[in-house]
Amino acid sequence: MYVAVKGGEKAVKQSRRLVEKMRRGPETISPIRTNQIEHQMGLGVDRVMAEGSLYDQKAAATALKQAQGDTMEAIFLVRAFRTTLKRFGTSAPIDTQHMQIIRRISGIYKDIPGGQVLGPTYDYTHRLIDFDSDEKKEAPLKNQVSKVDSADQEISPQQMTRVIDILRQQGLMDISSPMSPQENVEDLTREPLKLPASRSIRLQNLARGDEGFLLGAAYSLQRGFGLDRHPFLGELRVGYITVKYTPPELGFEIIVGKIKITECFMINRFDGSENKSPGFENGYGLVFGQSERKAMSMSLLDRSLQNTSGQSNSDVKNSYPAQDQEFILSHSDNVESSGFVQHLKLPHYVDFQSELVFIRNLKREHNKKKENSLEPSI
Amino acid sequence: MSHQYNFAYLDEQSKKMIRRTMLKAIAIPGFQVPFGGREMPLPYGWGTGGIQLTAAILGKTDTLKVIDQGSDDTVNAISIKTFFKTTADIAVTESTKDATIIQTRHRIPETPLRKGQIIVFQVPIPEPLQFIEPRRRETAKMHAYQEYGAMYVKLYEDIATYGRIATAFDYPVQVNHRYIMSPSPIPKYDNPKLNQSPAIHFFGAGREKRIYAVPPFTDVKSLDFEDHPFELESWNEPCSICGSTISFLDEIITDDEGTRLFICSDTEYCQKRSQGVGS
Repeated sequence: MYVAVKGGEKAVKQSRRLVEKMRRGPETISPIRTNQIEHQMGLGVDRVMAEGSLYDQKAAATALKQAQGDTMEAIFLVRAFRTTLKRFGTSAPIDTQHMQIIRRISGIYKDIPGGQVLGPTYDYTHRLIDFDSDEKKEAPLKNQVSKVDSADQEISPQQMTRVIDILRQQGLMDISSPMSPQENVEDLTREPLKLPASRSIRLQNLARGDEGFLLGAAYSLQRGFGLDRHPFLGELRVGYITVKYTPPELGFEIIVGKIKITECFMINRFDGSENKSPGFENGYGLVFGQSERKAMSMSLLDRSLQNTSGQSNSDVKNSYPAQDQEFILSHSDNVESSGFVQHLKLPHYVDFQSELVFIRNLKREHNKKKENSLEPSI
Repeated sequence: MSHQYNFAYLDEQSKKMIRRTMLKAIAIPGFQVPFGGREMPLPYGWGTGGIQLTAAILGKTDTLKVIDQGSDDTVNAISIKTFFKTTADIAVTESTKDATIIQTRHRIPETPLRKGQIIVFQVPIPEPLQFIEPRRRETAKMHAYQEYGAMYVKLYEDIATYGRIATAFDYPVQVNHRYIMSPSPIPKYDNPKLNQSPAIHFFGAGREKRIYAVPPFTDVKSLDFEDHPFELESWNEPCSICGSTISFLDEIITDDEGTRLFICSDTEYCQKRSQGVGS
């Protein structure tokens, strides 16, 4: 006979043992090392860092290993680690004009000052699975690529003007609106989300938001659910940048690290209004690591949320989800959504019991009514 | 990479912030106070709000009881208890009487709480108006102006359609004659236990980042109408283990034919009774 559920502790222990075994796989195969993940699955590591909101390759690679390659589980591990770290200060704003570029493209100009730099990308590869990759002998790559781009190598960063600044110089884009870094930057990881949200909070939310969710929402804009015309890729750049910080006890700026980022400007035509002249509007995206899909989605959403943030006209009805701040910002975080969707696995017998009592009473009354109505009326 | 965690996991700064929010929540009974909720190593929806509150108030001399659906031994309760045993090395108990802090999901123990005890509820959706108006900006206004007409209309529609109010758990209450509050998804059977209770009740919603409270000896009224007063669910049979006729019973299916028996949801209460001790 099935008696009241007991023995949870033992079951959990066994389950942990099983997952340990599943993770290891057959012992005839050598275990994967975290530095292999870090260097050979770098884009996966990048995504875990971006959505985990923590630039720490070692932590992200270890999390990926621990989670058997489950990206969201790895992101969750990184977040849970991040939450225990002390926030000791705010870095100086990074200046992407001076980043060490490994890739930089624009979709709106054939040539740009500094040139188009294709860099490492899968964009133009044929997506054919190379089933022989295990058998292939390692060809010495050094001879094939003249200049290996990595953070370790010292390439002096050269100034590369951002395409958006070129448009600004030409008066095609509002110059009054570039965001100026404030003294006290709001921090979404320390404060709850308040709506309407400022642009910096919106960007923080999107930067750590789920890539798939952002992509789908951006795609919906493109399909007419919020955009009435084609957007343009002003510029996409990937590269390394140094992060500087002034510790109060030192009083002068020091370099605390070098991070890889992807930056994106998306541009939309604006036909002008009574008090604003025609030109272009921009959406901005910035993501840890090389994550172009995400940076572009973020830019499209940043622009669509700017137009409908509704500070001046809060009763404006946003007709599409990707225009709605609350819809996008409240549902973008995959640690939140994954947890809540999956909490349905927890027992709900008490709640269900209440439903049972309710529905049985309702059913009884329903049947009684039916019986009464079936009685022949004489 | 080795990493030393603080007592009860969270750093002291975060705990202080949470305690401040809790004080504010106590000062405005039933009002949802936003707070800078932290990520916890357990998933959202699994009790991160409750865990943060417990972590923030836990002291070295505390005795902790954790229940889920009334039971001390379900996997999530065990997992949370283990979490605090590991990170804070505190005493744990199954006895409602002996606990100083009780973290709960979906139940209030049958043994009446006493003065000095703190009960921490895990809350999935703190906003009682959520399914009437999903937008936070709107519900904030409704609370501010005490504009609860929409809630009463919903309850009225239930009565018009079903002849009764169709909410069986997470049944809304009005706290201190002011704010409408979600008591968390406890069965409505437990609602009266909140009224004028000598214990302190904290509610933590981790994903929604809100904390609210019912202070000791506060009026908590389940919403109803004069001609349709609040009703409790009841069972036709007693608990088949301890024979209690006054506790909340879970239904257990014992075979493929759907044979059912009823047992107490509160396992500790049931065990004490069948051993002939306590209430």
